[in-house]
Amino acid sequence: MAIKVKEGHVEAIRSHGESTFPYECCGLLLGRLVDGEKILEETYAVPNAKEEGTKHNRFLIPPEAVLKGERYAREKKLDVLGFYHSHPNAEARPSQFDLDHAWPFYSYVIVSVRGSKAQEINSWRMTEDRSRFDQEPIITLKKS
Amino acid sequence: MALKVLLPTALRHLVGNQDEVELAGRNIAELMSGLVQKYPELKKHLFNEEGKLRNFVNVYVNDDDVRYLQEDKTPVKEGDVVSIVPSIAGGNLATIEETSARVELSNEEIQRYSRHLIMPEVAMEGQKKLKASKVLLVGTGGLGAPLGLYLAAAGIGRIGLVDFDVVDFSNLQRQVIHSTKDVGRPKLESAKEKILGINPHIQVDGYETMLRADNAMDIIKDYDIVVDGTDNFPTRYLVNDACVLLDKPNVYGSIFRFEGQASVFYAREGPCYRCLYPEPPPPGLVPSCAEGGVLGILPGTIGLIQATEAVKLILGKGRTLVGRLLLYDALEMKFRELKLRKNPKCPLCGDNPTIKALIDYEQFCGITPQPVAAAPIEQDSYEITPEELKVRLDRGDRLTIVDVREPHEYNISRLPNSILIPLGQVGARKNELNPSDEIIVHCKMGGRSAKAVKLLREAGFKKIKNLTGGIDRWAQNVDPSVPRY
Repeated sequence: MAIKVKEGHVEAIRSHGESTFPYECCGLLLGRLVDGEKILEETYAVPNAKEEGTKHNRFLIPPEAVLKGERYAREKKLDVLGFYHSHPNAEARPSQFDLDHAWPFYSYVIVSVRGSKAQEINSWRMTEDRSRFDQEPIITLKKS
Repeated sequence: MALKVLLPTALRHLVGNQDEVELAGRNIAELMSGLVQKYPELKKHLFNEEGKLRNFVNVYVNDDDVRYLQEDKTPVKEGDVVSIVPSIAGGNLATIEETSARVELSNEEIQRYSRHLIMPEVAMEGQKKLKASKVLLVGTGGLGAPLGLYLAAAGIGRIGLVDFDVVDFSNLQRQVIHSTKDVGRPKLESAKEKILGINPHIQVDGYETMLRADNAMDIIKDYDIVVDGTDNFPTRYLVNDACVLLDKPNVYGSIFRFEGQASVFYAREGPCYRCLYPEPPPPGLVPSCAEGGVLGILPGTIGLIQATEAVKLILGKGRTLVGRLLLYDALEMKFRELKLRKNPKCPLCGDNPTIKALIDYEQFCGITPQPVAAAPIEQDSYEITPEELKVRLDRGDRLTIVDVREPHEYNISRLPNSILIPLGQVGARKNELNPSDEIIVHCKMGGRSAKAVKLLREAGFKKIKNLTGGIDRWAQNVDPSVPRY
């Protein structure tokens, strides 16, 4: 499994992460499923929970924002393929907590940001039995 | 009665690649159980091991989250559209949840915490969070004492204590974690013993040091929550700044005489202490408890409000004091609250922060550090030490001793042949003093008398000196028969 992205997508996520440092950035990954393959068409930034002023900040992307994103995707005939967020001053890998709060199929793209500079970026997918995340390659499609 | 349930992309492959399914049911509970009966593969992704909806799974009826309606009892009717929507959790906030997944409770602990475990707001999940959590108490004095005892009893897994003081008789009126037999012992040692006596299942780490700019980040970074039980401005600003820089909640409390305050400063959700007080008050303007006194029970009340807030932050339940300052007046027995707003211009947590590292807090609060080697006392110095005063009194020098404390303090202890003129009356009563006499002014610790000396000097008194360290140091260094308070 892999997630195919277009030029500019990775940069958009990285610069979103840098702009919100030291807070997390987050967003939806919208795209198409072509023969079971994920092709990213658009990154959909969501204001992070800090600005939304949510109660306990256990959630980066509140359900209203996901619902709004899904509706937006539907209008553009796209699907929600997954989510991205940044880990300020931490590795670009999911935690046990992420595992308890994930669904299979989705791609979870995490970018590590240290000292306001984006570092590595990885995409993860939870296994059907909920036991772990497997890393999936991010393949950038060249403009044809 | 059939209605549509919309499914997110992630779950569609489990229902035969459809984006919606038709189901019947009168309310959300019936609908959800019908859904997982029909598609059993969905169950583990929607419900946790206890059969409750996973906390990131949200159900909407049309545009409304059922959490704000009647939860799973929310009725549904034909034509309603029910959506299942995830919320996406963040990695870095997750330390307590993350570790709590790996925490187990022994049978003995289950029995100990049974009154928590039977409350749905805590339950096994919450008790494991408490066990997985790490709380740092800055100070084990008036506020730290009840905090330490109750947080230990509640099952906080790791409690850090910062204190370098020793137990004094004058502490026992309020610092209930220390006993009479502990007088003279380091507070850390005494507090740790009491905490482990209450709950041997927890870990207590002591830091026998003053919290300073050069160690604060290192100490605080390992903890989930910091509870500030200090009584001085430099440490209060230091705790605030370190917490904002490290993105930790700071549970604040302060006490004076009959009044207390509490709040939670958490920059990612609301204001910080600097949003409320951008600048410290001038030194000496706000008296400390040692100068002004405090009702012994007051820190109990405020400390336990802080403990409650710490536990709520860990459980993620209820409404915390973020954005609210709670004011308590014990004499009137009244609670009030003030709304606090985040200051967009806050130099620490505002939109364009200028403070990006810890600073010199003593200097920030206008307190000049004492030189390490005391300079020799000059002839015309305005200070006199208790030892020097003793020598001069013993050789029969004629000195006028003015006590600028309050009458109730004068009744506790006094220097021989002293005249009582409380600080507030010095200006009006200065003509009772003769500028040609040599005058020694004192108070309890030396703060108020320094102000009186300044005032009298400005009024033309030249032969005037302040007793360094006040009657307290006199009692310590010269005359142990004088009671200390």
